[in-house]
Amino acid sequence: MGDVLIDPDHELLERLRAGDEDAFMTLVDRYGPLMLRIALTHVRTRAVAEEVVQESWLGVLQGLDRFEGRSSLKTWILRIVANRARTRGEREARSVPLSSLGPDLTEDEPAVDPDRFFGADHARYPGGWSVPPHSWARMPEERLLAAETLEQVRSAIAKLPARQQEVIVLRDVEGWEPEEVSEALDLTPGNQRVLLHRARSKVRADLEHYFEASTQ
Amino acid sequence: MNEFPIIPGGISCREVVELVTAFLDGALDRHDRARMEAHLELCPPCVEYVDQIRTTARVAAVAAVDLELHPDSAALLGAFKEFRDSR
Repeated sequence: MGDVLIDPDHELLERLRAGDEDAFMTLVDRYGPLMLRIALTHVRTRAVAEEVVQESWLGVLQGLDRFEGRSSLKTWILRIVANRARTRGEREARSVPLSSLGPDLTEDEPAVDPDRFFGADHARYPGGWSVPPHSWARMPEERLLAAETLEQVRSAIAKLPARQQEVIVLRDVEGWEPEEVSEALDLTPGNQRVLLHRARSKVRADLEHYFEASTQ
Repeated sequence: MNEFPIIPGGISCREVVELVTAFLDGALDRHDRARMEAHLELCPPCVEYVDQIRTTARVAAVAAVDLELHPDSAALLGAFKEFRDSR
């Protein structure tokens, strides 16, 4: 993975190591919003998320001497905040076992309601759509990107289990590559994909409901 | 009667919706990729479904822009100085 490339944050990293405030604030501007968003997928309040972000920056500063640049600075920072937020969230919830991916991966969750397909024994269209999706192609962009639609998407994402939220935020909101996300969140490529798949499938289904309900 | 099952590409629509993420990531093996492509050639509802997943990803990206969150930078700067000066 891109190990011949120079980390885009290389210069900032050097300045940060030398104790340069501007370098620090540049990194805070660059990664702060994402760190806060990741923290908020695990903890309930903004205040706690801010604490997690602050602790994570201290973790970053304390770890600077040990950081060898085997991953990018971005991935490394994200890994620190995700771990801290997860630990904090688990302490808040008191119940979720540390190592498990919870129900996110063990349960069989179909991407689309099975009732929308013919059975596997159907004579003509086994496993084919019985209730196919209505086309979104003619939907005007104003509707697709209307404030109300965006609000719907945000609330759909907020309802997802934490691990699915993390992955969809990094992949679709931040546009990270699958390999970067697996690395930052300690996921196998397969698990990374399953989490993204479930997240996108649910958000799509929510949007579909919303569009159909608001057309009638 | 001339009724026989139609399964475009040898893969059912129900399977297609489970493979779409791997398909869009280019993570399917050659065989499954070929089956997906053959299915999509013949199945407009699944083409629509794949498009909807792409649209969902795009709308999610736009939705987040409204949610620009900035952590408390004064507090962070204070923490930074304290850390630096303690070394």
